[in-house]
Order: sequence, then structure tokens, then C-alpha cells
Amino acid sequence: MAILEIKSVTKQFGDNLVVDNISIDIQKGEFFTLLGPSGCGKTTLLRMIAGLVTPDSGQILLDGVDITNLPPEKRPLHTIFQSYALFPHMTVADNIAFPLKMAKWDKSKIDAQVNELLEDVQLSQFKDRYPHEISGGQKQRVAIARSLVDRPKLLLLDEPLSALDARLREHMHMELVKLQEETGVTFVYVTHDQHEALALSSRIAVLNHGTIEQLDKPDIIYSKPKTHFVADFLGKCNLLKAEVLATTGDTVKLRVADSIELSIKDPASSSYHVGQIGWYSLRPEKLKLSSENNFDATNLSVIKSKVNGYYYYGNGTLYELDLGNNTKLQVMAPNHTSDGVKFFVDNSEIYVAFDPEAGNFLDTSSC
Amino acid sequence: MQTNKMSKVFLFGGIFSFLFLYIPLIVLILYSFNNSKINVGWVGFTLKWYKVLFADKEIIHAGVNSLLIAFTSSSISVVLGTLGGVALHRYKIPLLSALVMVPVAAPELLVGVSLLLFFLMINFTLGYASIILAHTAFSISFVAIAVKSRMFGMDDSIIDAARDLGASPFKAFWLILIPTILPGIIAGGLMAFTLSVDDFVITFFTAGVGSTTLPLAIYSMLKMGVTPEVNAASTIIILFTLCLASIATKLSPQIFK
Repeated sequence: MAILEIKSVTKQFGDNLVVDNISIDIQKGEFFTLLGPSGCGKTTLLRMIAGLVTPDSGQILLDGVDITNLPPEKRPLHTIFQSYALFPHMTVADNIAFPLKMAKWDKSKIDAQVNELLEDVQLSQFKDRYPHEISGGQKQRVAIARSLVDRPKLLLLDEPLSALDARLREHMHMELVKLQEETGVTFVYVTHDQHEALALSSRIAVLNHGTIEQLDKPDIIYSKPKTHFVADFLGKCNLLKAEVLATTGDTVKLRVADSIELSIKDPASSSYHVGQIGWYSLRPEKLKLSSENNFDATNLSVIKSKVNGYYYYGNGTLYELDLGNNTKLQVMAPNHTSDGVKFFVDNSEIYVAFDPEAGNFLDTSSC
Repeated sequence: MQTNKMSKVFLFGGIFSFLFLYIPLIVLILYSFNNSKINVGWVGFTLKWYKVLFADKEIIHAGVNSLLIAFTSSSISVVLGTLGGVALHRYKIPLLSALVMVPVAAPELLVGVSLLLFFLMINFTLGYASIILAHTAFSISFVAIAVKSRMFGMDDSIIDAARDLGASPFKAFWLILIPTILPGIIAGGLMAFTLSVDDFVITFFTAGVGSTTLPLAIYSMLKMGVTPEVNAASTIIILFTLCLASIATKLSPQIFK
């Protein structure tokens, strides 16, 4: 059952169309992420759900009720802001009690509920401190406790981890997922960080220029990007020029980088025509390297190439290969040998193999 | 080596500028305790000028007037200046920020004369009401500037957060915004109060016949010659100002430090 329905929502600031006719259904209990670069409209969409921005057209339904024109204080949902937005003149406990006081709870019930939340986020001993007296991670937890204290139907999170350092951020990833599972509250999460989106979400909507480029589960978004933008925005991706040679049933035959011929399954193959130009996307870690042509699987495409350069990343080494015709191919090889790393040096001849199904065809309309 | 030299320059420069500011005031204060009718040469310590001062009904009357005027004008300007400061922060209109600075920076003489002309033009009887209006007019700017600077360092999303967590627009203003900018409001209000008590030029132009304030009363005493009673009155004003200024500085360090 969809807890949040966004129906054809549009918002324009001056001449700038920030959110362009977006529709999304978010299911109850989901960890849903809006991912995109800055200016893609993700924060505006979130603020429209929160009621801090009014859409020009379209509807927003929460639990089947139209909330499009409700002021923010009347919506049974809360937002965690990028800056945490803790009230500086209130103690930790008073910050957490604020939504309950606004909802006119009894004093005794407020105290009990606040104490429970303080325990949940392990901040009981800090309850009388002021926000400027606690660390960034603790502020984050106060903001979370304050937003969950009256059990909202929906929690909106606007890049909540961007102010934390890298280690703390990784720790908070796990905390957030755990919290979401424990409380069962539906999360709508906004981020520009693809790693965060992939690691946390049950589903991701990739936004660009106010429209949805792709909406799916993280593994599909990553391995089967539908558009050039999605392939490029989420991690490293080889985008090779590809020409349609033939289509039969749900299979499409392609000529990639003017030299490699391969066939892949594609449900949309019937919509392609012979001679059509597009892109073949292939993640760098889907390729294998060897100094000899000794790959054992038969379904692999094998290319002979030359090493242009490499970058040592610790857990892997990224090689840049030259396919000729000014076409580069990036290959991420894991560093799994125990006795240090054996690099393929520059200009050495090399064999690259990949399963054609590991990549997919993007027609040019999606560029 | 170079930085050492430079820091010495700053140290001596700083000491010199403070001496330059405070030697005349220190001399004035010392001579309020001088056992002599004229301000030349130290004769001996006495508190009698303070006794004379507190027995002087006219001075006490003027002092009470000054405090009432300052209290009224700073109260009005705290309300209007706070609203103005919030508006300046929220709607960043460049010309408006400059216009708020004008009453602070403009020569007092011009402000005084223009207020006088304005009151005459609208047939407003000069008196305590006109003094209060005149003081409010320049005090609003000080409060607005103090509030605006306070809001500059503020996280704007706390107002959104308050609404999001169930507060009506009025409650978000009253329970979240006002307490957050309170140091700025108090600092601005104290500045307004101090400036009102101290003001001579603008008060001189806008005061009617018979209405008097402490600075005006001291000025009329000076016409009869500088007696140590004037020193005593001035000493009290200086100490009063110092108290208010240090409270204002403590409350809002980023504005006045």
C-alpha cells in the first residue's frame, strides 16, 4: 500500500522549472531515496512533501489523504534538516519534547516519552546539555529523536549526514538502516551521494533537471542503468559507442566501439531499428584482465588491448586501456593476491574479457 | 622578528588610543572628588559635590526625565527595530540595509534640525513626546542592526524545523525566533537606552520650553561656569553608560567586539 503518493507535481521558481511533472508512489515501510546532483530538484520535492514549498500543480497524498494545501504543522510527518536545525536556546530534552508540547500532550506523558527516546539514541546523560555543548554525531541523534518522538507516518531526511566526517558517516549509515527497520517509519531520503543511496535504500529515484531518470532497486539502477545520465552519475562506467546490427525477439545484436560484436537480451529490443546508434554501458569491475587469452568460460567476449595507465586504489587497481579509435576502456581489477600486487605495466599487451550481459544498451534518446 | 615588531606596534598603538580616549574622562572623574570650587589643581578628597548634586532638585528632575524618556523610546524601538531587523534579514533588499545605517551615520546636527523642521511642519508641540519620538527614530536603527547581525549567524532552518514539528507561524516566531535572537534584541535595546540617556544634540532641537533632560540640564549648568557638581553628574552618567555598554557587549560579543 502506498503511504505517499506524489501525483504530477510541478514547481517553477521564476523561469527555472525545478520539479517537472514528477509522480512517485512510496510504499509503507520503505527506505526511499531521491538521488541526484545539486539543482536536480530533489530538495524542492522534499520541501513540497514537508509543506515548506507549495507545488504549482499536482497533488500529494499521505495515507490516502490530500495534504497538498496543508501547512507544515498540520502534516503527520517530520523532516531532518541538513544542519539538524536544533533549537539553540533549548536543552537536548526540551528539543526532543518540542513536537509533543506543540501537540499539547500531558506533562507527565511528555517526560516519559522524551526519556524513552533519549534512551533509544543513548543520550540520557546529555539531556540537560545545550546543542552547542554536544558533538556533531550527538546533534544528529538529537535531531532524529526529536523527529521520531511523536511517531510520524513519514520521516524526510535532507542530506542528514553531509556535515559529518567520513568515518562517522559510515557508522550512521548502519544506524539509520537499523533505526528504520526498528521503527517501521517510512523514510524519504535526499542525497547526492551515490554510495549512500546504494547502501541504504530499498528503492532509488535518480533525478536530473527536475525529472526522474530512473526509479528502481539499487542493484538494478547500478548494473542496468536506463540512461546515459544514470550510468555516468552512479560510479564509474564505460560508455562505448554501439550500433544496432540486428534484433531478434528479445535479443539485440550490437557492434560496440566499431570493433566488438555481441548479443544481449533486452526487453526493449523490438523498439530498436537496425543501424540505430546508442551506447553500450559496462561497469569497470565487470571486466577481467589477463596477459594471455586463457579465460575458461565460453560466453565471454575477449578483446586484445594495451595498457595506457593505471591507478592504485588499495582494494583494487583501475586500468585504462586503449581500444583504438580514441576509445578508452576502464577496468577495475581487485587486488586479491596475498604477496603484493602484480601490475600490468604501461604499454603491455593484455586480454580483456567480459560477459556481454553484464552491460546494456542505451539508445540515444536517453542521452 | 617582523611579527614581533608588528605586535609591539599594535600593543603601543592600542595603549595610546585607550589613553587618548580615557585620560580626559579620568581627569573629569578625579575632579568630581576635588575639594575645591574651581577645577584647577588638586586640593583634597571630598564627596560633597555628590551631596550637592543629589540635593539639586532640578538635576534630579532632569535625571528622572532622562530615564523615563530612555525607557519609553528604547521600548518602542526594541519592538519596531526587531521587526525591522528580521525583515532586513529575510528580504535582502540592498538599499534598505544602507538606509538603516543612515540615522546612525548621519551628523546628529542634521538629524536634529530635520526632526525640528518636521515637527514644526506638522504642528507637533515640542515637549517630552517629541523628544521620545526623536530618540525612537534613531534608536530603531541600532536595534535593527543588532538584530540583523544576530540573525546573520543563525541557522535559518530552525524556523522551518519549528513549523515542521507542529508550531504555527506565530509560535515559531515567539518560541523559536525571538529567544534565538534575544541577545541581539537586548544588546540593541541597551544601546538605544544608553544613547537616549546621553543624547544632547537631537534632544536640544526637539525639546520644548520647560522640558529638560540630564544632558540639557548639565549644559545649562555649564553656562554658569564649570563647577565640580557638573563633574559629579558626568561621572554618574559615564559609570551608568559603562555598565550598560558592558552588559550589551557580554550579551552579544559578535556585534560589539
